[in-house]
This record gives sequence, structure tokens and C-alpha cells, in this order.
Amino acid sequence: MIDTIFHVVLVLAMPPLLLGVIGKTKAAFAGRVGAPFLQPYYDMGRLMKKGIVLSDSTTWIFSAGPVVTLAATLFAALLVPLGKHPAPISFEGDMILFAYLFALGRFFTTTAALDTASSFEGMGAAREVSFSCLAEPTLFFALITLTRLSGTMSLTPMLQHVTLPVWMGTGASLILLLAGLFVVLLAENCRIPFDDPNTHLELTMIHEVMVLDHSGPYFCCVLYGAALKLYLLGALFVNIALPFASGNAYVDWVVFAAGMLLLAVAIGVVESVMARLRLIRVPQLLVAALILTAFSLVLVVR
Amino acid sequence: MLFFDMMRDPASLVLCAIALAGCSGLPGLVLRDGTLGQRLASVAALASSLLALPSLLYLLLGGGEASFLLNWNLPFGPCQVALDPLSLFFLIPIFLVFPAGSLYALGYWPAASHSSQRSVTFFYGLLACAMALVVVSRNGALFMMAWETMALSGYFLLVAEHREGEVRGAGTVYLVASHLGGAALLVLFASLFMITGGFGFPAAGSLAVGAGLAATLFWLALAGFGSKAGLMPLHLWLPSAHANAPSHVSALLSGVMLKIGVYGILRVISFFPERPLWWGGVLTGAGLASAVLGICVASAQKDIKRLLAYSSIENLGIICAGIGMFLLGQGSGNDRLAFLGLAGALFHVLNHVVFKPLLFFCAGSVMHAAGTRDLDRMGGLARRLPFTAFFTLCGAVAICGLPPFNGFASEMLLYLGFFGEARAGQPFVALGAPVLALVGGVAVISFVKLYGIAFLGEPRTAEAAGAHEAAGTMLAPIALLACLALTGGLFPQLFLALVQPAIRGLAPDLAPAAVLPIAPVWFAVAGGSVICMAAILFLFLRAKTSGGAASAPTWGCGYLCPSPRIQYTGSSFGAFFSSLSGPLIRTRISVGQVAGLTPAAVRLSYHPEETLLHRVVLPVLSVAGTVCAFVRRLQHGEVQIYILYIFVTLMLLLLWVH
Repeated sequence: MIDTIFHVVLVLAMPPLLLGVIGKTKAAFAGRVGAPFLQPYYDMGRLMKKGIVLSDSTTWIFSAGPVVTLAATLFAALLVPLGKHPAPISFEGDMILFAYLFALGRFFTTTAALDTASSFEGMGAAREVSFSCLAEPTLFFALITLTRLSGTMSLTPMLQHVTLPVWMGTGASLILLLAGLFVVLLAENCRIPFDDPNTHLELTMIHEVMVLDHSGPYFCCVLYGAALKLYLLGALFVNIALPFASGNAYVDWVVFAAGMLLLAVAIGVVESVMARLRLIRVPQLLVAALILTAFSLVLVVR
Repeated sequence: MLFFDMMRDPASLVLCAIALAGCSGLPGLVLRDGTLGQRLASVAALASSLLALPSLLYLLLGGGEASFLLNWNLPFGPCQVALDPLSLFFLIPIFLVFPAGSLYALGYWPAASHSSQRSVTFFYGLLACAMALVVVSRNGALFMMAWETMALSGYFLLVAEHREGEVRGAGTVYLVASHLGGAALLVLFASLFMITGGFGFPAAGSLAVGAGLAATLFWLALAGFGSKAGLMPLHLWLPSAHANAPSHVSALLSGVMLKIGVYGILRVISFFPERPLWWGGVLTGAGLASAVLGICVASAQKDIKRLLAYSSIENLGIICAGIGMFLLGQGSGNDRLAFLGLAGALFHVLNHVVFKPLLFFCAGSVMHAAGTRDLDRMGGLARRLPFTAFFTLCGAVAICGLPPFNGFASEMLLYLGFFGEARAGQPFVALGAPVLALVGGVAVISFVKLYGIAFLGEPRTAEAAGAHEAAGTMLAPIALLACLALTGGLFPQLFLALVQPAIRGLAPDLAPAAVLPIAPVWFAVAGGSVICMAAILFLFLRAKTSGGAASAPTWGCGYLCPSPRIQYTGSSFGAFFSSLSGPLIRTRISVGQVAGLTPAAVRLSYHPEETLLHRVVLPVLSVAGTVCAFVRRLQHGEVQIYILYIFVTLMLLLLWVH
């Protein structure tokens, strides 16, 4: 019970902090002081108080987009274990539901973008759906490898199976798998090198351009949903990358939270040292990630 | 007394319903008032469904079977007609979609504005009746007669608007493909006659023949039934046929007739006691290839019904892959894989029967309203057709296999089957999971495009701007199917209850393994929570912003006079993915030359191509036509000479036999 409460609190409260850490890391690389760590929380709080502007072209789909996406992501948050603690909901095949809930969110985000009749948002929607259908098989290859290693088909036992002895035995495969997952993490959350959330040129953006017309509380939902998605895919990554268990439940929570913050720093570093890829290079990198995870499967089969 | 006894027997009720469906269009042929005839036909269709569906469910759930013997003195022997679980299962789609389509036709193809209404109504009933006869017949000759009636009534329905050249072309391709498939089946049943000595179907698992002969029969069945089911590369007839038929006909063709091909494959497989492992490999491979290619080509289409037709190829591919998994599982003694494959396949059959007619009906309403099939000329219909828009959204989410709708539940079973194989020594079968994930991803592209471009944004033409909501008789069947799609997604156990008897019928030894690895309650929990959370958030945000919502034009990035024509079109939405998938999807883009300092208006047009049909099959056929031109002299249209041909052929056959 106490674990479930911890899980819910952490998953609801922590995601915007990752954005703050990423921002601070990028500022440090650029030699700036940067916004405070808690800046995303202030932003979201301010957005909740604002009114909204609705485009004349839109229908109820436009408001349903952020709402359904956030609802699907919130349910997905109950399926991922955080660190060594089991997820509140776990059943055979939950990893497929996990992947498909993100797809449901994507369906509604992109239809909401098309609802505005803006050519830029249509462009962003076309890119989003095309890139993610290349990212999805990578995730499934990674899940097949994990299923083979752990012998189970549920996220909690699958991820908790990855311990130090397993790393000793199949380290090479797990490193390839992590590399593939990291690429998926960056692509699905529209981070550099796939997409630049800070650019001011609508033509080059993917996720940000789809949400150009959202404002006020709805935009807050979009931002929070995006942060939560980053957090969940990040948790998947950190669970495999940090195979340590201290034995003490509270220490495990701290280890996990520290791992998530480290991941945020890593994303910040990647965003600082890399430039955005040209759009036609993006599929190549995604296919490379797919092949990496396919190799990780080959290595565990042998 | 006899009559009442018969009425108490559900099996005879089903046969009565089949006959009633076949006769539903007859009054319309003789009545002078076309509208009355059409209404009578719809009433007959609803009545046949009310007779059949409860009896079917009673027999299927109660484990009842029935068989009737027609002892006539025709040369091919007594005709057996039987209702076993497999037949009962495949009768459900017919009696679900047929009445829905008849009801829909009242508003969509009214007698007042369509002169072809009489023939369409008549052949609609005949098609349903012929399909039902195909499913219940247990005699090769009767089967072929029903099959031929089905193919021909499909043809007459398809060419309802035969004054358009495109429709006639589609009809000819359909007729040729259908008869090539029929020829394979003729050889199949002739071979069965040689083996068993009669036209009656061999009992399940009783056909013990050598490996070579079994392989021949398998390939014949795959060619004949696979072409009806639209498996690639035998799908050539399917896209243009489904695009050019009236929408309620497309719904019946796509929702039900393709499944008859699946039924045929399953029926032939059930004859054999031993099913080699490679059959499963062939079916899984062909199914997954059809699924990927079908949906990739669908994503490039700009014709709303052609997009749906290609997505049928994808869905039938998924079903076929499930059957392949069943055979692989049986061949390797892996009951778990066999059960999940077959359950997933049959469950997906039911799901496709629900959401594909739903989408074809919606496409019909859209065409009715906007006057075109071209997605690039629609837009903004969600404001004008709010109910159709809502139900299309349900159908689109369901067909992408997304929770909380039914497509997710059946794909989940297939995923579980694939993932289970990851633990096997050689996890080749597990590679199906990423392929299915890719298919799901591309399906999202196709259906976001279909929904977003047709219904959202601003209308691109004046016709789209003046569109109106469909009539109540058109919306009612759509709403029913949408409810079924949601029910199947939240409570898959209801659909699985129908699937279980069919599995027991096909593979009695699977019973001990027939437990789902996932408790069905999780579908209700996941779907229900997502729906509830979304509803609460929606109401909360609506209340929070109720006072301060300002209205303004869409942000045009500083451009002040946007027009609907600058919106992203269906072609441009799909073009990005087609550019990635290269040779899989061929599109032809023709652009005029832009010349001079003040260029004149230039046209750009975008056409997705049917590579196989236009680059390979039609050129080969035209060469064959030139080479065999002399044979055409036999074909001159003089009936008395044709009768002479028949007589001479019979004489030669008699001489050959003696």
C-alpha cells in the first residue's frame, strides 16, 4: 500500500522536475545561470490560471486531444515499476498496453493538430506519426529481448529481473538494448537530435508545432503529459540501467529518483553537445536504433 | 404441427432465415413502387436476422450441431447441409452486416434517386443468401454453385453504376480474379472427389493422404480462398472493387465476403489429420507480408474507400497470420501458440466484421454529403456531420488496434502469442511482434489521415462546406456497430465466448490449453479508467475555462490571409511516410513546368499507383491477348453455335470416358 502511494506521488509530482534539470544542464553548458529547477512547475501553475483562445476552425476534438493523451499517459504510469518497487498494476501483456496507450495519445494529439486547419500543424502531425511508427518496432524488439531474459511478459517482473548477475552474463546485449531505448526515448519525447523544443521556426519542429494553438489549462495538460511521457520512458530505461537493489525500500526510492535525475542530466548533455539532425537523417537514426535492439536479441539467442 | 415443431428447432430457423434473406429482394422486382419494395426488403432482412442471430447464438453457446440431407437425384449425389460451430461462427457476420446494410441502403441508395435500386436490393439479398449457403454446404458441387452465385451477385452489385468506365473496369478485374480463384477451387474439389469418391466433404481430420497430395490441396485452397480473402499478391481485384461499389455493398464485400475466404481456408485445413509445420510458416509469412504491404499502400491513398479497402488487406493479413500461428503451434506441439493464434484470428474476424462495415457506412455518408471520394476535396465535415464524425472516430480508433476498442483486444492475443515464442529455443516466431507493431504504427498514419483530413480543419470545397448530416436510418446501423466495437474492447470475454466453440470444433485437443494468459477484466479496467479519467479531465477543464474562452483564427505564423487551400491535404500527409518507404509505395506526381518571371498557374497531381496490376499483370495480359487473338474467333455471340460447342464437348468427354 505504502509503495503504491509512493509510486503515485512520485509519478505525479516528479516529471516536471526532469524538464527543470534538463534546462539547468543546458544552461550550465552554455555558461548561463539558467531558470530555477522548479521553473516548469511555476509555468504550469501560471498556465492553469490563464484563459484560453480557441481557433475558429476547431471542434471538440481539439480540446479532447490533450485530455485523452494525458488520461492514457496517466494510466500507463500505473504499469511501469519505479526502481525495485512493483508497479501498482501488473498483468501478463501489460507492456503491450503500455506501448499502445502512447499510440492512443499520439492518435489524439495528431488529430487535434489537424483540427486547427493549420498547414504547420499538419506537417508536425505527419512527421510525428511517421517517426513513431519507426520507433515502435524498436521498443518491441527491446521487449522481446527482455521477455527472453526474464521469461515473463509483464513489465514489473521483466524489469526487476535485470540484476547485477544478469548484467554480468548478458552485458553486451543489454548495452545495445539501452542504446536503442535511449534513441527511442529521445525520439518519442521530441528531444534533440530529433526535434528542438526551443526553436522558433515552426517549419522545423515536430511536437511543439502540433500544439501551437493550445493555450491556458489545455496547454498545461499538453506540457504535463509530455513531461510524464518522458518520465515513464525514462523509468523504463533507468530500471534496466540501474540494476542495484539495496534491500531497504526507502533507499531504493532514493536510488531510483537519483537515477532519473542523472538521466535528465544525460539528456541535457546530449542536447548541449549535439545539433538537430536534418529531417531526412532522422529515419536513418531510428532504423539504426532498431537494428541495435535486433542485435541485442541476436546476442541473447546465439 | 410439423410447422411448429420446425419453428422450435433453431437449426431450421437458421435455414429459414437464409431462404428469407435470398428472397428479400423479390417483391421489389415485381412491385411498381420501388420505395415500397426496398422497405419490404429491409424488413425481410431485419426479420431474417432476428430469426437467425438468436438461433445462431443458442446453437453456438449451447454446443448444438445439426445436419440436413437433401436427397435429390442430381448427378453429384445427395447434398448435405450442416451447421457445426465453424459454420455457425461464420454465419454471425452475415446476419449482422446484411440487415445493417439493408437498413443503411434506405437512406443511402433510395429508389427515388437510383434507377439501379431494384437490382441492387435483389442481389444484396441473394449475395447474403449465397454466402450463407457457402458456409453451411458440405458438398463440393453445392459449395461451388453457391460460391459462383456469391461471386456473380457480387459482380452485379459492384457494377451498379456501370455507366462509369472506372466501375466497369473494376468489375471486369473482379470477375476475372474471382473466376481464376474459382478455377483453383474447382480443381480442389475435383481432386477431393478423386480421393474420397464423392462430392461430400470429408469429416474433420479424416483425409489421410500423402504429403505431396496434401501440399497440392493446400496450395489450391490457398490460391482459391486466398484470392477471395485478398491476400497479397492475390489482392489485385480488391481495392478497385471495394472503392467502386456502393458503400453498403462495400461493407458487405469487405466485412463478410473476405471472411468467406478465411472460412474456406479453415474448412480445408480441418480435413487433414496431420498439418505440416510449413503450412503454418507459409500462412504466417503471407499474412504478415499482406498486413505490412497492405497498410503501407493504404497510407498513400487519397481515395477514402480505397484506403479502407487496402486496410482490409491488412486486417485479413493479420487474421491469416493468426491462423498460421495456430498451425505452427499445432505442428510443433505448442498448444499455447496454437490457441492464442486461432483465438486471435477468429476474434479479429469478428472485430473486422464490426469496424470495417462501420467505416464503410461512414465513408458512404461522407461521400453522400461531400459528393466525392477524394479526401483532398473534403475537410471540416465534423461540424456538419457531428454524429457521423463521432462514430468514424470510434471506428478509426478501433481499426488502429488502440484501447479501449475491440481491435486492441484481438491484437493483444496475437502479441501474447508472438511474445511467448521469445522464450523458445529459436525465437523466429517472436519476430512477428515488431512487424505487428509496425503495422499498428502505419495504421495510425492511415486513419489519422482519413479522419483528420476528411472531418477536421476547414472545408476545402464548396460541396464539403454545404454538407449535411446523414438520415436516421443511416446512422442507426452505424451507432449499433460503434457500440459493439466499444463492447468488444471493454468486455472481450463476450466475443471470446463465441470464438471458443469454433476453436473446439477446429482443434478439439486444444481444450486443456484454452485459457487466456490475461484476465479479460484488465481490458475493462484499462479502457474504463482511460475513458473515465478523460471524461473527468474534460469536464474539469471545460468548467475551468468556461468564462474566459476567446475565439480567434488559427495561428498562421504571421501570415494574415490564410485560405482553406493552404491546409495539409491527405496526399501531403501521407507523402512523408511514402518518401521513407520508397519502393513499397509507388506514387506518381506530375507537375507542370514553372517558367518565366511571372509564371502562369501550374497543376500538380498526385496518384498512388497499383504497381503490380499496372506494371506487371495488365502488360502480361495484353501480350497474352495479342498472342491468343485467334482463339477469339470462337467467341462470336451466336448462341446456337455455343450450344453446339457444349454438345461436342460432351460427346468428346463421353468418348474419352469409354
